[in-house]
Amino acid sequence: MGENHTKKFRFKKKDWLLIGIIVVVAGAAFLFHELIGGEGAGVISVKVDGVLEGTYTLSKDQEISINGGTNILIIKDGKADMEEADCPDQLCVHQKAISKNHESIICLPHKVVVEVESAESGKLDGISN
Amino acid sequence: MKSRVAYFGVFTALALIFSYVETLIPISFGIPGVKLGLANLIIVIALYKMRLSEAYLLSVVRVVLSGFIFGNYFSIIYSLAGGLLSLTAMACLKKNDGFSVMGVSVAGGVCHNIGQLIVAMLVVETFSVAYYVPVLLVAGVATGLVIGLVANGMIRRLKDIQL
Repeated sequence: MGENHTKKFRFKKKDWLLIGIIVVVAGAAFLFHELIGGEGAGVISVKVDGVLEGTYTLSKDQEISINGGTNILIIKDGKADMEEADCPDQLCVHQKAISKNHESIICLPHKVVVEVESAESGKLDGISN
Repeated sequence: MKSRVAYFGVFTALALIFSYVETLIPISFGIPGVKLGLANLIIVIALYKMRLSEAYLLSVVRVVLSGFIFGNYFSIIYSLAGGLLSLTAMACLKKNDGFSVMGVSVAGGVCHNIGQLIVAMLVVETFSVAYYVPVLLVAGVATGLVIGLVANGMIRRLKDIQL
């Protein structure tokens, strides 16, 4: 034991290096998302189990019933937020409202994915509204 | 040591109790999916106190049992992916002498989140959750650091126990 034993229990240089690298990567990913994602967002797509159920514009306030009513999505002030879900964990309801490109709200139990897409691609394959 | 099985039972029970305590803590950090990961504390300690194969077994047993008791089919798959990736990363860093318990635990916390995110991507068949990566990375560092500091203290005080 002795000195060798106590050494194991202190922070080492590589610990800080590891933490530093992870934080820098996180910061870079965050910046990338902020810079790239902000523009051109205009519609949201709703997918259930990988199948597109519909696309809706963010510019009009509306209430959308997804998957036969298991999830209720509200669009208000250019943001989409999951208002209700009948799953036990309610994780999707607690996720923050989305408005930027490629942001998403996901409800795993029902395999519902709500994702923001740019307005251009929305016009090409828009189904409703 | 004769009492390996008994110790393994105690570690399993501890991990389960910590899983339960975790469900009692109403801290949600305002971010879905981010938890302190108290049960990982036991896994980190097991990594330093047991054979690696036993640590893996403990991790799987912990996830399956706590999944049946507190979670559901989904939570088992998520936790399993996160737990196994996390333990693998920690085992690799532990072999490298340059890392302390804190560094090992931070890697574990981050990989736990990454493992779960990968399963989430596969389940919902979308990569759009990738924007969530920065949050999960930072959260993994923070929780890993806390767990590492506590595990560090416990391992030091449990120096008479070595399985």
